Amino acid sequence: MSLEHLPRLPQRLVEMLLQNFGAPEWLVLIAGFLVAASTVVGVFAGGFALLSLVERKTLARAQNRIGPNRAGWFGILQPVADGIKMLTKEDIVPAKAEKILHLLAPIMIVVPAILALGVIPYGREWIPVPLELGLLFFFAVGAMTEVSIFMAGWASGSKFPMLGAMRAISQMVSYELPLMICALGVVMVSGTLSLPDIVDRQGGFHLGFIPAWNLFTPWGLVAGLLFYVCSIAEANRCPFDLPEGESEIVAGHMTEYSGFKYALFFMGEYLGLFAISGLGITLFLGGWQAPLPGLDFVPTWIWFFAKLCTVIFSFLWIRATFPRVRIDQLMRFAWLCMIPMALLTLPAAAIWHFAGRGLLSWVVTVPLLLIPWVIITVIYNKRLAPTLRTYRFAE
Amino acid sequence: MDSPSSTIERLPAPKRPGGWSIPGWGLLQGLAVTGRNMVESYYKKERMTTIQYPEERAPISPNFRNFPFLVFDTDPAADLRCTACSICEKECPPQCIYIVLDRDENGKSLKRPRVFDIDLSVCMNCGICAEVCPFDSIYMDGEYELSTDDRFGGLLFGLDRLAKSAEYHMKLRPEQATEVMARRKAEEEKKAAAAAAKLAKAKADAEAKAKAAAEVKPEEKGEEV
Repeated sequence: MSLEHLPRLPQRLVEMLLQNFGAPEWLVLIAGFLVAASTVVGVFAGGFALLSLVERKTLARAQNRIGPNRAGWFGILQPVADGIKMLTKEDIVPAKAEKILHLLAPIMIVVPAILALGVIPYGREWIPVPLELGLLFFFAVGAMTEVSIFMAGWASGSKFPMLGAMRAISQMVSYELPLMICALGVVMVSGTLSLPDIVDRQGGFHLGFIPAWNLFTPWGLVAGLLFYVCSIAEANRCPFDLPEGESEIVAGHMTEYSGFKYALFFMGEYLGLFAISGLGITLFLGGWQAPLPGLDFVPTWIWFFAKLCTVIFSFLWIRATFPRVRIDQLMRFAWLCMIPMALLTLPAAAIWHFAGRGLLSWVVTVPLLLIPWVIITVIYNKRLAPTLRTYRFAE
Repeated sequence: MDSPSSTIERLPAPKRPGGWSIPGWGLLQGLAVTGRNMVESYYKKERMTTIQYPEERAPISPNFRNFPFLVFDTDPAADLRCTACSICEKECPPQCIYIVLDRDENGKSLKRPRVFDIDLSVCMNCGICAEVCPFDSIYMDGEYELSTDDRFGGLLFGLDRLAKSAEYHMKLRPEQATEVMARRKAEEEKKAAAAAAKLAKAKADAEAKAKAAAEVKPEEKGEEV
């Protein structure tokens, strides 16, 4: 037993315990799976609590404030205080709400996030569910989030939630497309849909020190950046947080929720954020692979979580910086910029795969991606530049 | 056809040294700004302007003013500057001041208030009372932590809570208090000088009278003035 196996320790312990008591084989198996699942849920629920504090602290620092610092040492107990507050609040169900859907929506938003977290390989030895079709499962489950958001908006029986839900649907459907296309390039090159295998294919180093991650290829760089932007939109994070849009539509689909149901929405959102960043790390940043040679003594899951923290911090940084985009800007960006570029990564990935990853594929794929990018740049400068509005009737 | 876009002019694209702007360049600049804020807030004192309120307080400006208070020089019971003239009571626009003149058993005015109440829930912090007071007695306070759970009694300030020392005034608003003190001192000196002069004059008069009387005595008691 080394540190590498630490995250599997609870599962092994329970299995050994049950075997000692002479439990049947199926019971040992099920109990082991349950414990493995609760390890993942526990880690990410703790991560959610921590992130809610770290996010507030980071945002505060970006605005030269201090942030929460009253509850406990450096505000470390703030998540606990928030949780107690949320739990003790009144749970209000509007009279016009569809009661069952209204109750189901917050649950339905947490479940897919947890399911999606289950297939991600966190370490060489820590793969909660090593599915053969892990990527497909991830996207299939991830699509449920849209349903539950629309459920929340519809069931609330009021206008702001409905508006928020409609925004959410149009946004998430638009951005799911380039997200999946970007992931498709990785699948083409790796030749597998299994997430552990995709990570394995990214092992090793070019020239002895450049990790062989998908990000460090021409198509992988483009696909990775597109994936990053799409994952912000998929997670409904700022600057794509139109579904919530608190300054315009109160809280979008969460307007009519209160108490712990409201907290569940946040939990679902943050767990979804963990899941989508985890997937991005798995696909483009080499999953649990170490970033430099000679660092194999560090447990692999530590590398995964280090990468996760970095990606999450970049999300926070972006939230602290950018204002929310308008819905027409959002849609135009998705359909006129993201999807064409994402589609171009597919032939680039194909060339990369079949032309042998040598000089030839560099020579072909770099112009293939660069020229359209330049064209989009020209269009951006010529046609999509912000316009000066003159108001005829307001002087 | 008058399309809505006909009224929209294209804003010139932001100029870069190369003439073209790289998409995302502005975003990177924004990220740099917030990133610098994030890092520098950890070691640059002037960036963090937060004052941890219950433990620390921001210094209040001498121009800060809210509810009025009464000034005494040494002893709140004996030498309150207030003479219960009731000018402030009459001037107060929302009429939040209530004054009762203190009298001795013969009904003679003691020139001090027996009751001086200010209802802070009515007071609107206009400062007219402080402006009209001819005795430098009432000034606007710098106290702002006055919240109470007693809506009526807790906000009805009597003499005990209104009377504050001249040192407090000096500390609160040094410039004004110095000016007032100097003026009062000058007035006192003038008064003292006048009294002394009067005394001297009376004395001189008396002496002159005595002298005159002495001079007159040897002669007959003639012309009387």
